[in-house]
Amino acid sequence: MWKWLHPYAKTERAYALCGSLLPWCWGGALLCLAVGLAWGLAFAPADYQQGDSFRIIYLHVPSAILSMGAYSGMAIAAFIGLVWQIRSADMAVSAIAPVGAVVTFVALFTGAAWGKPMWGTWWVWDARLTSELILLFLYLGVIALYQSFEDKQQGAKAAGILALVGVVNLPIIHYSVEWWNTLHQGATITKFGKPSIAPDMLWPLLISIAGLGLLVAALSLYRLQSEMIRREMHRPWVQAMFKAQEGNHHAF
Amino acid sequence: MIYPLAGLLRRELALAYRQKAELVQPLIFFVLVISLFPLGVGPGPQMLQKIGPGVIWVAVLLSSLLGMERLFRDDFSDGWLEQMMLSGLPLPLVVLVKVIAHWLTCVLPLLLVSPLLALFLNLSPAMYQALVLGLLLGTPLLSLVGATGVALTLGLQRGGVLLSLLLLPLFVPLLIFATSAVDAAAMQLPYNGQLAIIGALLLLALALSPLATAHALKISQN
Repeated sequence: MWKWLHPYAKTERAYALCGSLLPWCWGGALLCLAVGLAWGLAFAPADYQQGDSFRIIYLHVPSAILSMGAYSGMAIAAFIGLVWQIRSADMAVSAIAPVGAVVTFVALFTGAAWGKPMWGTWWVWDARLTSELILLFLYLGVIALYQSFEDKQQGAKAAGILALVGVVNLPIIHYSVEWWNTLHQGATITKFGKPSIAPDMLWPLLISIAGLGLLVAALSLYRLQSEMIRREMHRPWVQAMFKAQEGNHHAF
Repeated sequence: MIYPLAGLLRRELALAYRQKAELVQPLIFFVLVISLFPLGVGPGPQMLQKIGPGVIWVAVLLSSLLGMERLFRDDFSDGWLEQMMLSGLPLPLVVLVKVIAHWLTCVLPLLLVSPLLALFLNLSPAMYQALVLGLLLGTPLLSLVGATGVALTLGLQRGGVLLSLLLLPLFVPLLIFATSAVDAAAMQLPYNGQLAIIGALLLLALALSPLATAHALKISQN
């Protein structure tokens, strides 16, 4: 693991890695989202019970999955930063957090918009909704902690610890909320729990999930790159890079 | 090893005893918040009994946040913490002693005034028993998790609001289980399960939180 990670302890190597991954992520995200969303929103058959309003699933489910996926990514980056003291991993924590927070907000918002026609209410204190809301609070905590530090390197480390504390707590919060809900209100809402989903509906869903995943990855990598430049503005490699770019401009 | 740690505990208790005002203020806040609720929602005994456990626990969370900063702030600003790190004592154990002292001085008084609150909110004796057991198990958990939060925000100028933003989401499971234990007691149901889970959370925090706090302290010292 160390042998594999070691080269990326150098920020410029990590920057170059981001640069080579980025076009694939952007391209894949555009392609998958275009295909998945067009297929899902326009061509997939309407649900026999929910009609066309079920189509919001193609935004809601990917963003809900990615809200947790981004948090795990952030926690893994924090763990790598903590154990192997790799600075670019610490930067990745602060790069992923806002993207994850936005995705979580999208999941909550689309969930509310779906809940209004289906359940007749924007918000219920259902277990999944509540744990998603707390996930958003955890993201906001990480962002707020990072933002309050003047010294960004120190802030990134602190935010990393908070992300790890949060990841220990997430399963506890999830199960406690689930249990709380079953204790208190029982089955007032029958969830959208189908035993199986028709393949015509499933494929566009899977493609949208992949697309949004790639989009989140692309945005995070892009933010990570800008973070590296901002943090190491005075280091020789950044200046050499910008000099080379300026040279290109003059050549044109 | 034991001797310096015991000395540390004595120091913490003596310091707390000499700053009585700081100890009493969160306590008054706690009683005030709880006495606002009957004024806000009406004095009906049924209603008060229904919202009582939740109100008490939310007030416990808020007032424990008020006193939490005392845990490390003064020691950080006068350099004592840095000396502790240089002293060769294992930092997680130092943290643990400080948390114990904080619990004894800041949180135990909340437990002592709790009979008064049970009267205010019309709790039955069974509910009160569940409340006290939940507080006994749950409040050390608050102090342990809170210590990590305080250590993370130590290097900042104004950490107060930020601290509550970081900590309150983490306290959600405790709030849920502790209030559901009291609710179960109100319905004459057994509440061992809820207490067992709070105990398990406490053990987990006891194992992990001093380590995380010690690491966070090192970061804040740069």
